[in-house]
Amino acid sequence: MQLSLLILVLLGVMALAFQLGRRRSLATVGGRSGTRNLHSLPAYYGFYAALWAGLPTLVIAALWVFFEGSIITSMVVESLPAGMRELPPDRLGLLVNDITNLANGNIVSGDVDQAMQRAADHMNELRSIGKIALAGVVLCIALAAGSLAWRAIGPRMRARNRVELIVTGLLIASSLIAILTTVGIVLSVLFESFLFFQKIPITDFLFGLEWSPQVALRADQVGASGAFGAVPLFAGTLLISLIALLVAIPIGLMSAIYLSDYAGPRLRSYAKPVLEVLAGVPTVVYGFFAALTLAPAIRGAGESIGLTVSSESALAAGLVMGIMIIPFVSSLSDDVINAVPQSLRDASYALGATRSETIRQVVLPAALPGIMGGILLAASRAIGETMIVVMAAGLSANLTANPLDSVTTVTVQIVTLLVGDQEFDSAKTLAAFALGLLLFVVTLGLNIVALHIVRKYREQYE
Amino acid sequence: MNGSEQTRARAIDIVNASLKRRYARERRFRYLGLGAVILGLLFVGVLFGDIISKGYSAFVQTHIELEVYFDPEVIDPDGARDPALIAQADFRKLAREPLREMFPEVTGRRDKRALYRVLSSGAPYQLLKMVQADPDLIGTRKSIALIADDDIDMLVKGHIDRHAPPQDRRVNDTVIGWVDTLEERGLVSKKFNTGFFTNGDSREPELAGIGGAVAGSFYTLLVTLLLSFPIGVAAAIYLEEFAPKNRWTDLIEVNINNLAAVPSIVFGLLGLAMFINLFGLPRSAPLVGGLVLTLMTLPTIIIASRAALKSVPPSIREAALGVGASRMQTVFHHVLPQSMPGMLTGTIIGMAQALGETAPLLMIGMVAFIVDVPGGPLDPSTVLPVQVYLWADSPERAFVERTSAAIIVLLAFLIAMNTFAVVMRRRFERRW
Repeated sequence: MQLSLLILVLLGVMALAFQLGRRRSLATVGGRSGTRNLHSLPAYYGFYAALWAGLPTLVIAALWVFFEGSIITSMVVESLPAGMRELPPDRLGLLVNDITNLANGNIVSGDVDQAMQRAADHMNELRSIGKIALAGVVLCIALAAGSLAWRAIGPRMRARNRVELIVTGLLIASSLIAILTTVGIVLSVLFESFLFFQKIPITDFLFGLEWSPQVALRADQVGASGAFGAVPLFAGTLLISLIALLVAIPIGLMSAIYLSDYAGPRLRSYAKPVLEVLAGVPTVVYGFFAALTLAPAIRGAGESIGLTVSSESALAAGLVMGIMIIPFVSSLSDDVINAVPQSLRDASYALGATRSETIRQVVLPAALPGIMGGILLAASRAIGETMIVVMAAGLSANLTANPLDSVTTVTVQIVTLLVGDQEFDSAKTLAAFALGLLLFVVTLGLNIVALHIVRKYREQYE
Repeated sequence: MNGSEQTRARAIDIVNASLKRRYARERRFRYLGLGAVILGLLFVGVLFGDIISKGYSAFVQTHIELEVYFDPEVIDPDGARDPALIAQADFRKLAREPLREMFPEVTGRRDKRALYRVLSSGAPYQLLKMVQADPDLIGTRKSIALIADDDIDMLVKGHIDRHAPPQDRRVNDTVIGWVDTLEERGLVSKKFNTGFFTNGDSREPELAGIGGAVAGSFYTLLVTLLLSFPIGVAAAIYLEEFAPKNRWTDLIEVNINNLAAVPSIVFGLLGLAMFINLFGLPRSAPLVGGLVLTLMTLPTIIIASRAALKSVPPSIREAALGVGASRMQTVFHHVLPQSMPGMLTGTIIGMAQALGETAPLLMIGMVAFIVDVPGGPLDPSTVLPVQVYLWADSPERAFVERTSAAIIVLLAFLIAMNTFAVVMRRRFERRW
């Protein structure tokens, strides 16, 4: 709450700096009549002062918000009695959690002793000091930088060029965020995966046939073997994606062909947006549909003809995922089919081919690379899809090709390993990041190949 | 000569003979295509039909009209009207009394308890709130519609099969008898379910609402919008208008295209490792959710904004440059206003994506069971799709109804946003 107040105050200071800068520029040349003696328009002097007053402080405030929590925590830990400070890291983490909860006035897991209460008070004290300090520092810097900029204003100052330089810097910084995101993803999953591969050899992970991530807490514990072989997960992911593609490719492709080459404009104008709706439905809705409507229906149908169907069958998840990616296949195919030049079709008709012969023997071969690209994109979508499989597929890692059985996928395991309480040094949690790394690498590879194919194909006809 | 005429005749014959087969195949192909389109439309229909048919009944809630006596002996024995004492009073007793009067034949302890369970455990709070709002009620008698338990709700709405064997249903014959008696006396009514839109989450289906989730979604999307729109537009302007063509800008472009196709759950891993573990931001907070969704929607917004900038014809830029504007002035005074509708459309579509996103938010802990409606972007909260996910796991039949209703609300928001985007595109789209 106080942070938003600070931001409001800062915006006020910036507005003030704008006004003052503008006035000063006019004053130095003797009012409105002297504007032509100024290098830039008066507003640029205002912007110049406002940017100087606002930007450095915004950066500092943002850094503060990001690091405040960890700095205060480490200060609190240092002030703890020695006996508490020397606890093993995981116990210490729990303790710090309790102290934080205590400071926030939430429920604490264990008993509150004096030292904890003192630490919590200390934390609250640090927080309020931090808030006051932040406000003071921010306002001082804003005023200092703003007044320095204000003093520099004069008729010969190239305010426009300077403002434009700053704005260009901001634009570049914004476009670098895309790169930073990728770097952040790679670093965060790589770092944790690296820790994981120190505990579990990478070959065991990639080629192991058994997945049961429960690590034994005691040596004699039953049913906690802690096997981290990812092959069953990949088999499950591929099985479900394959079912999805078997649903989506024929329906998506045929409807794209029908809508682009056969349908009248009326049908097209209604059917296309309705099909696109399927792409806009949140995946959690598909998951709900799969788990509560389709899976019981499939199970019932299977039992009525004497098959044993798991209630979390791969078939249900795959079918629904197929419905979800129909619009991807159809809209991408639609693009490439429309990109095939009309002259090719006309030539085929002139030789006496029927429409379907033209499509099958001329248009589709010409559009094939683009369609393949679209299918690869849809496949990468299916592999990375999470909510449908979390809600409709199973948890047990069976290595099977039977679509009526329950299988689990990479994304399901990431979610189950990471939702809930985590300790960041157990192989179980780290395994999720290793799976994330694999998922990222696989989908990235598929995307790069697909985009390359699509782009190359487009150039052919342009 | 004779031979060549014969071959020509034969070629035509071959063509004629094959025509029927070829036309049949043409027809088949055509029907196949039509079938695919119809199947696709059917999926949309089944999906929406299933959800709506399951969920529409959650917008009304069964109430039981009972004449409650606000007994001063129970609420406020010493007549001091002290709010703290009133809050501790046994309102359960008040709600139970009329039931006991109505069914004097129920005497056994277990039977009595079953009878009281006809009312929701939220009914006493309902009475407490009424008294807190109007202390003059104390000592009066008033007919009040109290919330019924979820099992009774399901029974009244017809979701429980009365003829199923008793062990297969959640209400036994005695309870059905009571409910029938109440219905005969006209005391059971279905009212619009306002609690569903204002309450936070609850373990009791009849008390659970989407108010908290909607507020959480609002704060999350607010953070996302405030960050992703300016950053996305700025990045698009730089890449489209200023960036030199070199290896660096190529790298950025490839990057953005690939980020658009990275699975959303990977963004969740990034959020968990970076924002929560490294920077120590609070778990379950809309602020972190908004940051993650910002990174996720940025590629969409950048790509749409670049397309919008590209569609502004070069003549506009040349005219501005020609009268002496700097490049920056050209962009900000002339190109940007012309491309704003396209950028806004892209942003709305990106926001719609963000609104429906679930997986990355699971990673950063927005799946907690949160009863309070969040009051700011730092309070722990959940969002609408995550609420759907949480409820979908609950076994009660009443939660199926609530989940479907929450989905209907979610879809209504999404359809409204997308329609708005389409209308805006139609309205402002300019062909140069």
